[in-house]
Amino acid sequence: MSGWLTVAMVAVPLLGALPLLVADDALRPVLRGYGMAVSGVTLALAAVMVASFDHGQPARPQFTVDLAWTPGLDLRFQLGVDGISLPLVALTALLVFLCFAYLGWGGGTAPGQLLHPGPGGVRPRALVFTLLVLEVGMIGTFLALDLLLFFVFFEIVLIPMYFLIAIWGGEGRRAAAVKFILYTLLGSVVMLLGLLLIWAQTGTLDIVELAGSHGAGMSRAVQVVAFVAVGLGLAVKTPMWPLHTWLPDAHTQAPTVGSVLLAGVLLKMGTYGFARIAIPILPEGAAAVAPWLGAFAVVGIVYGALACLAQRDLKRMIAYSSVGHMGFVLLGFATLSTAGVNGALFANVAHGLITGLLFFLAGAIKDRYHTADIPSLGGGLMARLPRLGAILTFAAIASLGLPGLAGFWGEMLALFGAFEPAAALPRGLFLVFMVIGGLGAVLTAAYFLVMLSRVTHGSPTAVTPGAPSGGPAASAGTASTAGGPDVLAGVASRAAGESVTGRLSATLPEPPDEQPVHPLPNSETPPGERSPHETPPYETPPRAGAAHRAELPDVQRHELVAWVPLIVLILLFGLWPQLLLALTTPAVQTLLGALS
Amino acid sequence: MIQQIDYFAIAAPLTLALVAGLVLLLDAFLPAGPRVTAGLGVATLAGVLAALAFVTAQAFSGRTMSTFCVPARLGAQPGLCSFVVDRFTLVLTGLVLLAAVVIVLMSMTELAGGGIPVGEWYFLLLCTLVGAVTLPAARDLIMLVVALELVSLPVFALTALKRYDGRASEAAVKLFLVSVVSTAVMLFGVSLLYGVGGTVFLSRLAAVLGGEAQAPGWPEGSSSLVAAEHGLPGVVTVGIVLVLAGFAFKIAAVPFHSWAADVYQGAPVPVAALLSVISKAAGFAGLILVLVVALPGQSATWAPVVAVVAALTMTAGNLLALRQRSAVRLLAWSSVAQSGYILAPLVVAIQTSGREAGAGAAGASVAYLVIYAAMNLGAFAVVMLVSRVAPRNVLDDYRGLALRRPAAGLSLAFCLICLAGLPPGLAGLFAKVVVFREIVEGGAAWLALVMAVNTVVGLCYYVGWTARLFTPEPGAAPAAPAVSRRHPAAWAATGLAVAAAVLFSLAPQLVLDMTLLSG
Repeated sequence: MSGWLTVAMVAVPLLGALPLLVADDALRPVLRGYGMAVSGVTLALAAVMVASFDHGQPARPQFTVDLAWTPGLDLRFQLGVDGISLPLVALTALLVFLCFAYLGWGGGTAPGQLLHPGPGGVRPRALVFTLLVLEVGMIGTFLALDLLLFFVFFEIVLIPMYFLIAIWGGEGRRAAAVKFILYTLLGSVVMLLGLLLIWAQTGTLDIVELAGSHGAGMSRAVQVVAFVAVGLGLAVKTPMWPLHTWLPDAHTQAPTVGSVLLAGVLLKMGTYGFARIAIPILPEGAAAVAPWLGAFAVVGIVYGALACLAQRDLKRMIAYSSVGHMGFVLLGFATLSTAGVNGALFANVAHGLITGLLFFLAGAIKDRYHTADIPSLGGGLMARLPRLGAILTFAAIASLGLPGLAGFWGEMLALFGAFEPAAALPRGLFLVFMVIGGLGAVLTAAYFLVMLSRVTHGSPTAVTPGAPSGGPAASAGTASTAGGPDVLAGVASRAAGESVTGRLSATLPEPPDEQPVHPLPNSETPPGERSPHETPPYETPPRAGAAHRAELPDVQRHELVAWVPLIVLILLFGLWPQLLLALTTPAVQTLLGALS
Repeated sequence: MIQQIDYFAIAAPLTLALVAGLVLLLDAFLPAGPRVTAGLGVATLAGVLAALAFVTAQAFSGRTMSTFCVPARLGAQPGLCSFVVDRFTLVLTGLVLLAAVVIVLMSMTELAGGGIPVGEWYFLLLCTLVGAVTLPAARDLIMLVVALELVSLPVFALTALKRYDGRASEAAVKLFLVSVVSTAVMLFGVSLLYGVGGTVFLSRLAAVLGGEAQAPGWPEGSSSLVAAEHGLPGVVTVGIVLVLAGFAFKIAAVPFHSWAADVYQGAPVPVAALLSVISKAAGFAGLILVLVVALPGQSATWAPVVAVVAALTMTAGNLLALRQRSAVRLLAWSSVAQSGYILAPLVVAIQTSGREAGAGAAGASVAYLVIYAAMNLGAFAVVMLVSRVAPRNVLDDYRGLALRRPAAGLSLAFCLICLAGLPPGLAGLFAKVVVFREIVEGGAAWLALVMAVNTVVGLCYYVGWTARLFTPEPGAAPAAPAVSRRHPAAWAATGLAVAAAVLFSLAPQLVLDMTLLSG
């Protein structure tokens, strides 16, 4: 089979992005369709690739191309796809297409759809351009079979993601974007040093050849140093505790599509690097560093879960949950066993689907309520927006790893791998990791359930902290125990605002059923007195409540288009994990060749 | 004694020198006016292009030419020549001349504003170029020093040509003092080396210091300096350090870097570009020649010094650039930092095994220099355009430039991303990879780590500036001055530099072919 398919997957988004640079006005009317079309073609190519992939030999790189680019640097334009990268390539193509669908489907005027030419300088053309360049980098990273080419694609995503956060992000976007790019660059420069060290020792950059020789030609010390250097770069991207601190800010400030791609694909580039480069090329280094990697991974699992319990912001909470989930992925890699690495790769894809969906949902909620602050949301989502609430519940349950959904298998296999790690590793230590990781899984369930109880349950308007009814009280209690003084201060200030202006609505008895509460017909409060920080916007002003209620629509068509494929895939992989495992298992056995 | 001169070998500097004289004459005899101003610019440009054509012809002839050799009749070994045109020479000469084209185009815009005497400007510019073209070909210490002075001296005058401008005069005085001191220091070092080696020729000096040839005046009994009882005299070390210090001034390396920002800011923008590219390239050419050709055996002495200087230079440059508000000052410090990156591979120049001594590492330095020249000139050309409408030229003048003038904004953004070394600025990325590769191969891991951290620090200010290009002043209407379309020459300069940077991004092999194969 020829390699035109892999080249086309990188070339289509790239060539699609170029006209946006030159043709300013010609593309403006069709911009929404344009992004969808280009990413749709890429998705179709990915589908062709999945269909024509030789599933009998998933361990062998297929659709390979190998062209000399810069002989002076040994840099070859070498692409290919195997059982490890195929799911990630397809996931990337799918998520980018869904992002464009989310942005452009239907009228394109809903709040989250940034492609409409709005007054605030939304710059749709630049957004489409940025996303397409981002896609080039992401797909290229998964396809590259040359160390330096991998690095080049790895770096391509930095600038578009920086601008995605810095231009279309929230209030603290500038700082978050700078933090993101500096952190990631520091990691990837160190990774470059590691890659060059591998090269200096072996004299080749060919990933397939290097993986085939299983670290021959490199002494143990060199392997350890190279693994630490490469691993640091990947760990920043993944992110591994304690290098994760860029992630919550970036996620919180990024626009919805940015968060989705960041969580769904960019984090996978870090973990993919472990599977593609660090472990197969440096097996001895991996065996030496694996206990440390596992330790950081389980700390990340527990830390992520505890941090989630303390979060007030929905997006921030999901971001921290990513830290925890990536901890499971790293734990899986650290076991160096077939089950563990398989689990890591499975959890990778599952996390991409589930967290992508969660960020879509968080964005949808933020667009409607103009806040993602959980106490301000005030609960009652299920009553007010039943479909949105249902999908949120589904995604949260999938994320906490309910058997039967995609999130389960990865965590299960990773923990199972820790039960029986590779022979070279200390089993007792990994048993401890397994126990701690299991505890982390329980905590994961805890914070997602707490979040659901605070957001979806309860009555829509009951936001007074002292209200006796379930959800908000629990939320205030949890938040104040976990979040410390600032949470208390926030609650107190809101309570103060409430006492001046919102007492009437807040103290009225709420209907116990799940019907939305109708706005109060009479209120003397002038709307201007309310500060948006102190009261949830959907509560203001009661007189205009009916009109405002009309602006809180349930799941809309463009959202449905973007979400349904993710839901279907989460169910599919949850019920039929063999679909993915059949692809990855032979590849994993090959890459672990020297260890197992 | 009549010496044969290979005029084809010295064609490039000769052409430039003749055109310099011609320009001065034309300026004296033609009436002043805008047409003459433009005409002189075109004449200069033609001269540079003619020199470039000679260099291209030399490159295609494919042989190493040398002239001003010591005649065999005088009993010296063959191969002692003062002026050699080999691959190294051709690459650096080509770099200097291409950069000169961009700078002449920028000058046309600068001079169109009036207030600067045109003939003198082009004359001085061409004189600098003569020096910069001669220097990479110089293979003896005297020629080296003379060429380096020829590069430096006209630049003081160029800096001061903006008369009645206090800042420019101050910059000129600073540059003058620093440069004269550095020349004195270097001359002292050179004289010490000459005193020990008894020769000015670089290759002969290497032989003497390496113990392969006999030093003059040395007792007949001991065959060489090295074989003497107590090894090389300490004065050699002093000489090496002094020569290094002299060059460190020229390339604005720590601890002799502090003149850079003030001089760049005070000088006209084309002169700042000249200082940051041509003058720097000349300095590096001389440094590489001295270190790799004349002193390869003494690398144990100079490599640690160069390593520390490189690390300090990149760190200081980056940290100082972080706090800048003025575009030119930022570029000044950034070019100091880039000097550090260019210096870094020289540390391992002699250790690198498997190749002819120094070729790979020195090639990495030259490759970085070539790519740096393209991207830095691109940035300076856009800064030049903006300086026409925003004389203060602070970073906030660039807010929203990419929206108001997409061509200028995107060009500058590309050049800055290149300087930072990130895709899509692949040229900068590959340049850094080449340097990193040499350092890692040479085993200077700590230097690689310092450079890695510095790359990140550098990104801080480059990306901050780039982000400004895309974010207009919040709320403010585009009342802020836009770049004018009226300066075709400066636009051509921008286009040329950016085209080179794009070309190097797509096909870095071009640069590597030119530079790394010289070994």
